[in-house]
Amino acid sequence: MGDKESKDSGLTRREAIIAATSGLLVAALPVTQAEAQAVKHAAKAPKAGASPGKKKNVYIFLNKNEAAFIEAAVARLIPADDQWGGAIEADVPNYFDKQLGGSWGAGERLYRSGPWKAGTKTQGYQLPYTPAELFRTALKAIDTDLKKTPFAKMSTADQDAYLHKLEKEDIDLGGVPSKVFFSSLLQMTMEGFFSDPVYGGNRDMLSWRMIGFPGAYGSYYDIVDKHGIKIDRAPLSLAEDAAGMIHQHPNIPAKQ
Amino acid sequence: MATKLKPVDVVTIGIGMTGSILARELVKKGLKVVGLERGRYVDTVPDFQSPNMHDELRYAVRKGMMQDNTKETVTARNNLDETALPIRRWDSFLPGTGLGGAMNHWNGQTFRFQVADFIYKTHIEKRYGKNFLDPDLQIQDWGVTYDELEPHFDRFEYLCGTSGTAGNIKGKKQAGGNPFEAWRSRGYPTPAMKEPYFAALFRKAANELGYSPYPQPSSNLSQNYTNPEGMKLFTCSFCGFCERFGCEHFAKSSPQTIIYPVLASHSNYEPRFGCQVLKINLDSDKKKAVSVSYVDSAGREFEQPADLILLTAFSINNVRMMLLSRIGTPYDPKTGEGVVGRNYAYQTMSSAQVFYDENTNINPFMASGANGTMIDDFGGDNFDHGKHKFIGGSYIGAIMTNGRPIEFHPTPPGTPAWGLEWKKAVARHYNHTVALNVHGSSTASRGNYLDLDPTYKDAWGLPLLRITFDFPDNDIRMANFVTEKAKGIAQQMKGKTFVATPRAKSWTTTVYQTTHNTGGAVMGSDPKTSVVNRYLQSWDVPNLFVVGASAFPQNSCYNPTGTVGALTYWAADAIVNKYLKNPGKLVT
Repeated sequence: MGDKESKDSGLTRREAIIAATSGLLVAALPVTQAEAQAVKHAAKAPKAGASPGKKKNVYIFLNKNEAAFIEAAVARLIPADDQWGGAIEADVPNYFDKQLGGSWGAGERLYRSGPWKAGTKTQGYQLPYTPAELFRTALKAIDTDLKKTPFAKMSTADQDAYLHKLEKEDIDLGGVPSKVFFSSLLQMTMEGFFSDPVYGGNRDMLSWRMIGFPGAYGSYYDIVDKHGIKIDRAPLSLAEDAAGMIHQHPNIPAKQ
Repeated sequence: MATKLKPVDVVTIGIGMTGSILARELVKKGLKVVGLERGRYVDTVPDFQSPNMHDELRYAVRKGMMQDNTKETVTARNNLDETALPIRRWDSFLPGTGLGGAMNHWNGQTFRFQVADFIYKTHIEKRYGKNFLDPDLQIQDWGVTYDELEPHFDRFEYLCGTSGTAGNIKGKKQAGGNPFEAWRSRGYPTPAMKEPYFAALFRKAANELGYSPYPQPSSNLSQNYTNPEGMKLFTCSFCGFCERFGCEHFAKSSPQTIIYPVLASHSNYEPRFGCQVLKINLDSDKKKAVSVSYVDSAGREFEQPADLILLTAFSINNVRMMLLSRIGTPYDPKTGEGVVGRNYAYQTMSSAQVFYDENTNINPFMASGANGTMIDDFGGDNFDHGKHKFIGGSYIGAIMTNGRPIEFHPTPPGTPAWGLEWKKAVARHYNHTVALNVHGSSTASRGNYLDLDPTYKDAWGLPLLRITFDFPDNDIRMANFVTEKAKGIAQQMKGKTFVATPRAKSWTTTVYQTTHNTGGAVMGSDPKTSVVNRYLQSWDVPNLFVVGASAFPQNSCYNPTGTVGALTYWAADAIVNKYLKNPGKLVT
């Protein structure tokens, strides 16, 4: 990872916090004053409605209209509130763009042979579209449907109503059933919000701090039987230099 | 045109747990063994190392270690009246691929089946009468008894270093263990795992209700251990990245950590990776297997002659290979004739959740694949079914294996699926919820079976396997009964709220349940109702053994790996001590 990117996403500060700790994650140890301050600072979220405070995303897949829909839609699926930012603050549209423009969008690990038939509800996804094709097709149909007022220009109440319509009703989005589109949209929103920040969402590990998931730590052996303790260290992304602390057995030879 | 290779003594189709154990026993005898594996070589170092392994999206959600659906999948339907369609992405169950197979990404939950499980038909008829069963069920005995398998269970657990507290040593009940367990000749090789908070909360409630909680046996180890093969395993660190992941810590028993390096050190063993087996070839009168046809990763075709062929793939892939090779008569659900594909079974899962106040930190991310506390009071035939009108049972446990948030962010019933209220509920409940597992048996029934799909093909042009399955009414009644018991425990756990989710029809391919697919090449003592005999030897082709959960005549309520391990050593013993001395039918 380049220095610039590290600084942009605030990783340098966390690396400093991590470097200041030693050994495994042992929350029973008292935290230092500075560390407590840093964690407190890191946990501070943008206020609802505040600007994300970050340069605009450069999209490699989404066109202008598609990006406008995704940005507006994910902001309703996971909104910011007075305590925690939402999908926008966590850069979820960036996750969509990179995933749909990459191998996942191209149908990675997807069995794509025909014939194509609508299945029963227990048979799962049966459309010929790759994820990229599915989004492109459905978003075009939504733009046509909402010619007068594009989704991004609607009131939040109208946006919610439209999303509920896609979720519950059988609307044909250019061949994509709206329920299939909606469930893909929601699933990818969850992924972008909760996955490791290396994928371009969950910026500053916002969701992990919100719920208290510590991330990519490698060992809780010493604390798993300290029942009910509160873990208040900053979470760890797999993109970070963990300074050796995630390995429980540093003595294991490289090859057994 | 296939290149015909120099004959060898033995070929294993698949290099997972069963393929590694059997090959190890045979190379020790000096035989030349070739292992064919469609996946790649993977090892703890460097493939499973942190930080990359701790990637929920890649491994848990996108199933990075599983069989690549692009090339090969299965088709599925709930009954004969439907058209089966491909499972285009894995969800309900997860066949692995590569060295180690499904034992790389398992959870380490290591059970023994019960005495009655192996003589199921005899036992049920004796206890409840011949007319107790629903007419669509077709349970049967295994042809091997628990007592015969016990030394092999023992051997497998000592290979894995399984951690647990014994409940019954040579018929004597042991404090702290499962009072319902079948006898064992000695205790577990390593003591039980540490008990996480969620498990301790379950234990307290179960005790208060008069049940008998005990620690789930685990092949993620509670302490460092050297197994009889000389392999060193290390203490599990409770990192929470176990199922669907390879273990970075050398703590989870998988072929790489328990046996494969020893096997690979033999000069008479040759593994070949990236080799997709297409077919087992028979001689002209179809009584003997002569070779295996496969395609390597560059698309070149080979024919490998061998004296003994061991089908050691994942259970359903064993069945598919039998069907593709036209060995044995395919099962016909309409007439009940034929055997290959018969008695496919699965696992009947349900669940409950307990939501605690904000001061009760459950810390679900401090977890291992097998660190639960559970009860067996409603497992198998441990309670009187006489008045219940169903057979089978479930264990109930607090067995939380992870807190990975894409897939684990519980909310109480009534919470919307998205939006502000959803988000606040996730923030409020993520670290304050305990999930209970209800892990139920799957009874073989007439309409549930495996055959070849008439339409869909794999990347090599061969028909996909077709699964026809739905939960029998018997199993729905069983799951509802035990889920009510789980609900009682959930209530006793005294959170702020709780919810229980019973099992309903129909089986769906879209939600993960378990990778405990069993049957289809079942063992037994009658060739009319089984594909292999009690030694897992094909009735039709005696130099072929079919080893795996494909041999289960029906599925018990426990996770199958321990029993697959025992069957593997049982078959190995028969091959080495009986078959090699006198190659031919071991049972006539």
